[in-house]
Amino acid sequence: MADDAPLVEMTGVTKTYAGITALDDVDFLIRPGEAVCLAGENGSGKSTLIKLLAGVEWPDRGVIALDGLAQAAMTPTTAAAAGIAVIFQDFSLFPNLSVAENIAFGAELAEGARFYRGRRVREIAKRTLERVGVLMDLSAPVETLPVAHKQLVAIGRALASNARLIVMDEPTTALTEREVRALLGIIRRLKADGVAVIFVSHKLAEVLEVSERVVVLRNGRVVAEGPASGFDARSLTRHMTGRDLAETGPAPLLAGAPVLLKVEGLSKAGAFHGVDFTLRGGEVLGISGLLGSGRTALAKALFGLVTPEAGRVVLDGRDVPLGDPLRAAEAGIGYVPEDRLTEGLFLTQSILRNVAVGRVASHARGPFLDLGGLAAEARDWLARLRVKAPDAEAPVRSLSGGNQQRVVLARWLARAPRVLVLNGPSVGVDVGSKAEIHAIIADLAAQGLGVIVISDDLPELLATCHRILVMVEGRIVEDIAGAEATEEGLARRLAS
Amino acid sequence: MTAAPAPRWGRLLAQPEARLALIMVIVFALMAALAPDRFLTGQNATSMAFQFPEFAILALAITITMLTGGIDLSIVGIANCCAIISSLILTRLAPGVDAGIGWLLLSYLAALAGGAAAGLFNGVLIAYLGLPPILATLGSGLIFTGLAVAFTGGTAVMGFPASVAWLGNGSLMGLPVPLIVFGVLAAGLSFVLSRTGFGLKVQMFGANPLAARYAAVDIERLLLKVYVASGMLAAVAGLVIMSRANSAKADYGQSYTLLAVLIAVLGGVNPYGGYGRVIGVVLAVLTMQFLSSGLNMLQVSNFAREFIWGALLILVMVINTRNWRRRRAPAAAPKGETR
Repeated sequence: MADDAPLVEMTGVTKTYAGITALDDVDFLIRPGEAVCLAGENGSGKSTLIKLLAGVEWPDRGVIALDGLAQAAMTPTTAAAAGIAVIFQDFSLFPNLSVAENIAFGAELAEGARFYRGRRVREIAKRTLERVGVLMDLSAPVETLPVAHKQLVAIGRALASNARLIVMDEPTTALTEREVRALLGIIRRLKADGVAVIFVSHKLAEVLEVSERVVVLRNGRVVAEGPASGFDARSLTRHMTGRDLAETGPAPLLAGAPVLLKVEGLSKAGAFHGVDFTLRGGEVLGISGLLGSGRTALAKALFGLVTPEAGRVVLDGRDVPLGDPLRAAEAGIGYVPEDRLTEGLFLTQSILRNVAVGRVASHARGPFLDLGGLAAEARDWLARLRVKAPDAEAPVRSLSGGNQQRVVLARWLARAPRVLVLNGPSVGVDVGSKAEIHAIIADLAAQGLGVIVISDDLPELLATCHRILVMVEGRIVEDIAGAEATEEGLARRLAS
Repeated sequence: MTAAPAPRWGRLLAQPEARLALIMVIVFALMAALAPDRFLTGQNATSMAFQFPEFAILALAITITMLTGGIDLSIVGIANCCAIISSLILTRLAPGVDAGIGWLLLSYLAALAGGAAAGLFNGVLIAYLGLPPILATLGSGLIFTGLAVAFTGGTAVMGFPASVAWLGNGSLMGLPVPLIVFGVLAAGLSFVLSRTGFGLKVQMFGANPLAARYAAVDIERLLLKVYVASGMLAAVAGLVIMSRANSAKADYGQSYTLLAVLIAVLGGVNPYGGYGRVIGVVLAVLTMQFLSSGLNMLQVSNFAREFIWGALLILVMVINTRNWRRRRAPAAAPKGETR
């Protein structure tokens, strides 16, 4: 193993999923002791790159070399053996185990330890935390720790299993400014130790100062690369989005628009508490929050996929039955799920059927189904939402991410809902389609629908929403008018 | 083989049903070649047409459950239990061999109701209590068989009026009655799957149960109907078996579960759910009957036949699973909160 060999070198790496090219001929390189910022919007291919690094996925084309050796196949085991550790946004810790146990877990596993030895576990943990320069109660259960400490435990766990490359997914979004400073100090120590770090984020301004290089991904391609000193927050944004100007906000809400949806005291233990809000006809309401803030549980509760323990949802003055998607849909609520591939689409079924499945009951003619009418209506909606599909009978998995999302939208719009809940409407969608989906949202609102957009994509919320609710630990802590919100202000409130 | 006609043939054979039709012809030709004097007779054709409907109807029951990604292993238990309900009505309540056609119809209705009730039981276990279909029906199958034993003490029920024979042995306009029954049921199922909202939803649910829930499909009622339909089909099969055997017993047709599953899978029904056509199942039924009759004529033992069925099931699954894998989507990214 040569000293100057890059830790990881990817050459011409390409990866495609059902109709989406996630990575397209990407070169990527990192040396020991180096910190690299991997920047890109949602859907730019960042997470796919991490998965390749972690050995969870294998590229369709291209070469991955570790320590200068091209790998014939990479599995999570070989990645771990090569010292690659990924710290995901949720840290993947064991909440019920102690700090020491969490830190030593990987190391003990790698050694093939058959028995649990409490003293050894504490020793490993102590040594590791000394390396990072942090003092912490080793016997505290991890679930009792604040977010910043959980992150340190995750870093400690990576180091204890001899990580030489630590990949950190969105490391700063959940931290306060002081905690970010502390984290940067730790990163500097690690680098001096020869550990390489990759920061993966769509908000990187904070970590620029400890990074050597920046790599920007957009639509699966590397669109900019260079020394970190050559980038600032503004130029990063430009490279990530491919445009200079932020999208303009939504058209103003008509004064005196009637209240459409009223949510009162909605609570579910461990998810959200005492949630109150109203939604007017024609209004686009954003709900944002960090991972684990309860935003998805709340969205699901509105559509009956999660049963709240208390509270009510009132649509047009009538109570919407809770905990039953069928009756929520009948009442006029539609829900576009966060994960299209598993929750939204019937991948092997045709595009037409994916739209038509929501309208079967309305096209029944006695025991028969009016197949012609059903198909005609589905085609009409596909055309109205400008779904680019050469053949509507083709399986929906053949479509691109943006078109797939429009298919799910078409299914709901065909049912003429009063309120549409969109969870992550443009996750995994390219920049062009994203703007078009935002235009569709504006259009729906103009027709008098109430739209709720759940997202952690702050520019998206600013571009589409009249009002933004901020969720922290299951509670709505802020109700901000969209016109008065800024990205920085929102980010600060989310992490508060 | 020459490459010239490949494009057209290739496209045609890309359809699983077309491949199956080819296999059926090959099996037929093979058996005809091996035992031409016995296989290629009108008598053999007639005998085959009386033999296969009973397990073919069971294969339809497997097909509809498998389309949802489930399975119904209790079909043979239901079939026997329902046949015994019918036979007990005919022998204990009705005036024995002198019972009129009214008693016969009443006993058939009772058997169908029994099948529906058994299916409802399965459906509640699977749709409302959330048991995995394979375990729920494995258990309930034993319950139904146990009930059948309890009703009869395990012995065969005999002594029916002559009219019982019609369903399994009679002919109508030169066609065996059981064949007509199977034809009507197969056509009916095919129609339900392709022309009704229920059929569409069954296939969509099978393709992605989670997406069906998110699309506000009434999943619980859907599954309930599927297992009731399966139970009623099994009841019809039980009545055909009873007629052909001129008796009813708790342990008839023990090999039919495997055979029915084999036929459904051979017929191109995706055991993970979401795809399957009745025409494929019909072709698979004929293929299996040709194979079965042929092996019979070649004096292959019954045990060897079960061995062949098992091996064939695994072989077909291996081939099909490779195709399905290629078509299935990648596992989705673990993202977003899951609370």
